[in-house]
Amino acid sequence: MKNINILLAGVGGQGVLLASQILTRVAMAAGLDVKQSEVHGMSQRGGSVTSHVRFGDKIYSPTVDDGTADFLLGFERLETLRNAHCVAPDGKILYNTMRINPSTVASGEASYPEGIEANIKKYAADVIAVDGLGLAERVGNVRAANTVLVGAISSFLPFPETLWEAQLQEILPAKLVELNLRALELGRQAVAG
Amino acid sequence: MPERAILSGNEAIARGAYEAGVVLASAYPGTPSTEILENVSKYKDIYSEWSPNEKVAMEVGVGSSIAGARTLVAMKHVGVNVAADALFTFSYTGVGGGLVLVSADDPAMHSSQNEQDNRNYGKFAKIPVVEPSDSQEAKEFVGLALEISEEFDTPVLFRTTTRVSHSKSLVSFAERRVAEKKPELVKDMPKYTMLPAFGRRKHPLVEERIEKLKAYAESSPLNRIEMADTKIGVVTNGITYQYVKDALPEASVLKLGMTYPLPTKLIKDFAAQVDQLYVIEELDPFFEEQIRLMGVDVAHGKDLFSLCGEFSPQLIREKVVESSLTLQDVAEGLPARPPAFCPGCSHRGIFTILKKLKVFVSGDIGCYTLGALPPIQALHSCVCMGASIGMAHGMSHVIETGDDLTQKTVAVIGDSTFFHSGMTGLLNSVYNKGISVVMILDNRTTGMTGGQENPGTGKTLSGEDAISADIPAMARAFGIQEVVAVDPYNLEEVEDTLRAELANPQLSVIVVEAPCVLRYRISKPVLKVDPEKCTGCKRCLQVSCNALSLIEEDDNSYVEIDPNLCVGCTVCAQVCKFDAIS
Ligand code: SF4
Ligand code: SF4
Repeated sequence: MKNINILLAGVGGQGVLLASQILTRVAMAAGLDVKQSEVHGMSQRGGSVTSHVRFGDKIYSPTVDDGTADFLLGFERLETLRNAHCVAPDGKILYNTMRINPSTVASGEASYPEGIEANIKKYAADVIAVDGLGLAERVGNVRAANTVLVGAISSFLPFPETLWEAQLQEILPAKLVELNLRALELGRQAVAG
Repeated sequence: MPERAILSGNEAIARGAYEAGVVLASAYPGTPSTEILENVSKYKDIYSEWSPNEKVAMEVGVGSSIAGARTLVAMKHVGVNVAADALFTFSYTGVGGGLVLVSADDPAMHSSQNEQDNRNYGKFAKIPVVEPSDSQEAKEFVGLALEISEEFDTPVLFRTTTRVSHSKSLVSFAERRVAEKKPELVKDMPKYTMLPAFGRRKHPLVEERIEKLKAYAESSPLNRIEMADTKIGVVTNGITYQYVKDALPEASVLKLGMTYPLPTKLIKDFAAQVDQLYVIEELDPFFEEQIRLMGVDVAHGKDLFSLCGEFSPQLIREKVVESSLTLQDVAEGLPARPPAFCPGCSHRGIFTILKKLKVFVSGDIGCYTLGALPPIQALHSCVCMGASIGMAHGMSHVIETGDDLTQKTVAVIGDSTFFHSGMTGLLNSVYNKGISVVMILDNRTTGMTGGQENPGTGKTLSGEDAISADIPAMARAFGIQEVVAVDPYNLEEVEDTLRAELANPQLSVIVVEAPCVLRYRISKPVLKVDPEKCTGCKRCLQVSCNALSLIEEDDNSYVEIDPNLCVGCTVCAQVCKFDAIS
């Protein structure tokens, strides 16, 4: 199969790394070669975070070059726009519409830009906005927004539903599994049709 | 234990240490190396510890090696500068049990103060350098490096870069090696006691060792040629190898896993088989200079590739063949999202007052270095671990004393950094009649690297109870008369104390004891803004808390607090002139 490149972008603390972990584990379970890369350190404490996930028959570089992401999975709208140029010409952008103010906005030095959604649309023919926060609220935990997004992207990847569910069951604490399975399903439904 | 897993380079190094029969591992945390020891500590067959600094970690490792145990020592690139004293003479003594020193370099300075290329340490200390390019290699090369260490009687420098340390890829597992004999102390003075007379005998042996290692490098499994099209041949290493394979799938490649000393014959043979030889390496022209000295014709190297930062497949494609990608423009004018102190962090109140007083803040390395970022911008220098106190001391000795606060220095240093190398600076300052104010921000953890134990936390790396070093008592024992404590959540108290100590013509130490909120998850009732009282003056926003945001409506603006983020520290409320936050 052709290698698949996914770029995940969000804010420190949003669960970008957990979502990457689910993606890589599913790809491994499906028998593919897989690499993932992120940089931590200064990116915590509410800074911008990106994570690169690649899988296929044989993967060399663990990073996704600009202009080659088959999917951009955005966890917040400003961070989605910040990374939108990374998407390949025929790539898809899937993103959570929620807004989190950067410290520069919180301190009143900069303002949160208007018209982000329209700008994101300029970068790809295929742009899907998901109300990750709203759907996570429906399952009773705002922190499940990352799983909603994983559910959304899972609809476009060549792996059976059972693989995704099995990985969630393996890595999450037992008491969170049920809720996240529902979040995964809501994410799938959000992009169906 | 599963047979295969997705591991980061750091997790794989820990696994490699386990499989290779390592008995002791020591380190000081530092991004991107920290997770190595965190993961080693999960293997109960290995004794592991956080040492207070990299030099001590190295010394602990040297002792373990002399006692015959296989040993791993880990640190970030700048940590090797601290450990270098022990390392350079350990190169002369050689090892008992094999010793691998992991140096995690940080090209692009994702989380560092410089981007030094530690391959140079191999040449400088005359020891071999081994470099993996993914997690599987990271695991396997630890075992090979330990074998080299024992066979050639030398410590081995094991160099990774951030993209190897923090990238994950598939790793398959093996059993732990069983050592032939137990560690044992054998007294061998000429080997381990580097008096001049013994040291002089050692130096020629070290030079001989390098010659033997060169011969080994020619046929080592660490180096390999992947012959393909012969128009372009690339000599490369580490993560750059992976980029080259993606960018130039047709090219022939000489992949160096042992990056010092270099295999002359292998390189010459490879060069002879290709039309054009490229040397592609991040940071310094470490290979290129040596290859040119061999008399080999290098078509391209640092004439095309930068000495700074990280590479990528795309960058290599662009430099070697024309890029076929047309790239979309980056969205412009977006507000930056820098990291900030966590909501409730005890550093917030301290920096709010330091900024107000307009003093020169001599900074150090830790979360508090974020005090340099906007909107706070009240940290005016930061060079290396533990430097803040010595630097403030130096500054204050050349500035005429007076009442002008802008000409006064306050050193700020965290607990872990104080234990690392701030203690000696403080002793110097009291001994040499310093007059600065030293603030020790004791939040009982190593915060920036994610909350590791240290001599103040009361726990060891393996989770056992330990002493909890008493910083005020230490300062008093050094002979400092003026040691005071402040509550960082009481801004008035912080300001009064700082003003009093700045006026005091002696060295004083202010200890700020308040636990890191990220590690200890402290929270009090959430605060609210009264929109009637809030005038939208933005004063509170200057404390840089992500829980606060400005709401702008047509003719009205006011601040709101996100109840999911606020932990009720009250700092924002204390700076509000209109009493709008409670
Ligand atoms: S991790 Fe701890 S010390 Fe660092 S910014 Fe957060 S609360 Fe402050
Ligand atoms: S009280 Fe104010 S400064 Fe403290 S956490 Fe809450 S919003 Fe942030």
